[in-house]
Amino acid sequence: MKALEIKGLKKSFRSNFLLKKYHILKGVDLEVEKGEIYGFLGPNGAGKTTTIKCILDLLAPSAGEILVDGQPTSSPAARRRIGFLPENPYFYDYLSAREFLFFSAALFNLSGAEVKDKVAALIHRVGLSGHEDLKLRKFSKGMIQRLGLAQALVNDPDLLILDEPFSGLDPIGRKDLRTLILSLREQGKTIFFSSHILQDMELMVDRVGIILDGAIRRQGKLSELIARSIQYYEVVCDHIAERELANIQANFACRDGYFILTLASDGNVNQVVESIIHNNGRIVAVNPVKMTLEDIFFNEMRDSR
Amino acid sequence: MKASVKGIVINTFRESARNKMFYLLVFFGILFALSSKVVSFLTLGDAMKVLKDTGLAAINFFCVLIAIFTGINLVFKEIEKKTVFNILSKPVSRDEFIVGKFLGLALTMLTALGAMSAIFFVFVALSGGGFDWGILLYFCMLGLELLVIVAISLLFSSFTTPILSFIFTVSLYLIGHVMWTFNEFKALLRVPAWKALIQVLYYLLPNLDKFNIKNEVVLGTALNPWTMLFSILYALAYIAALLALTVLIFRKREFQ
Repeated sequence: MKALEIKGLKKSFRSNFLLKKYHILKGVDLEVEKGEIYGFLGPNGAGKTTTIKCILDLLAPSAGEILVDGQPTSSPAARRRIGFLPENPYFYDYLSAREFLFFSAALFNLSGAEVKDKVAALIHRVGLSGHEDLKLRKFSKGMIQRLGLAQALVNDPDLLILDEPFSGLDPIGRKDLRTLILSLREQGKTIFFSSHILQDMELMVDRVGIILDGAIRRQGKLSELIARSIQYYEVVCDHIAERELANIQANFACRDGYFILTLASDGNVNQVVESIIHNNGRIVAVNPVKMTLEDIFFNEMRDSR
Repeated sequence: MKASVKGIVINTFRESARNKMFYLLVFFGILFALSSKVVSFLTLGDAMKVLKDTGLAAINFFCVLIAIFTGINLVFKEIEKKTVFNILSKPVSRDEFIVGKFLGLALTMLTALGAMSAIFFVFVALSGGGFDWGILLYFCMLGLELLVIVAISLLFSSFTTPILSFIFTVSLYLIGHVMWTFNEFKALLRVPAWKALIQVLYYLLPNLDKFNIKNEVVLGTALNPWTMLFSILYALAYIAALLALTVLIFRKREFQ
């Protein structure tokens, strides 16, 4: 059974005035395996937050099916297994961090001494120790984000849904959050997070889904997507005369005493390497230059236009 | 009560109790109730009657003001500030959210009314008056009226802006206190369809005058227990109907 399964999700809105229909989601299909980190990637307005709101029943899908652990998320019982951090979270500023976490626990019908220990542990885990009795109106954006993560973990969820969790965080906050997310995966949690910050995504995710204009354009294991996407090869060599090298491959550069040949991804690398060796040259390295997630993302964006 | 609903009740109560505006209105309510002493000095006749009359009117006015101002923002603010995402993304149904919000505000209102009433009783005693059961009954009926007003403002707050909610709630409050004019107006009409429409409106709109027993209390006239019982049942049924309607609207609500 999948941790999260979305089949043919569509969502349209009508404008208030002319009742014109806007199709935001045009058929989203995705699957998230248990225990993986799934990166939901897309530019602003692609439909990431709308998809997440449909998962959490904050929006009713126009069509399609959403299952968490085999159960439709429209039932409150299915949401018992989910932890959610909204984008740019705003919490009740008249509460302290501790009061807010107790309130969040109560929403899961959790109460008693067990919750007291859990709240104390969560405050420590997200690095808010010493601030537990401070009113939230005095919290910085980074502290609110940490608290948001704590409330998302209060029910010890199987599936964690994080909407743009890195937005507004400083480099230290981002690193801490990355470490925390990776530690949650080690505990067997499934993490589904949306972002448009590619660097963070590339560092963490197992699988990625790229959403553009309300539909999933590409989905798969990040390692496979990148492995399939070799842009060109770089052959680094030395101990060979420039004239002989020009006979083998016209396109090369000289850097720090090494020759660097650039070969197209479909070029004959073996033949070039053999020719260099045959001419008494020394092969220092053969590097396949792969596409980054950013390259894949921008290629998809270009193709979709 | 489920822990989740209890959590929403306590949080709603906390929100009001930590709002400076709430304290300001409670303070003015008490201040105006106590200033009835000055009015009673300036008036000829039964000073105690004037004191009770103006004091009760002041408490009534400020309690209604608190109920409307707090109620119209209740759900709207949760949606506007997106704090509702945090609640409804958890295993909390929309029905539980509305019921929790209502009970939280009801608790707030009854606490404010209780505080004002207690101070008023002490004040009457210090002014030479004894404990009056009639006044206690008046406060109970005012409490019921406040719960109906809270339910009305909650209904509007669930689908429209605070300004429109304010206009609708105040309009219903004012109409609710002149419902007796509907019968007089109906008698003047000749077309049966119009008569029927007025009759329907008479039953649909809140008859808040049913909770007003101030004249009987101040003048010391007897209260009919059956009328009182009917008013209590009317309030409970009306609140239940309003909450059911609010829940129906809120179930369809989307949070973009």
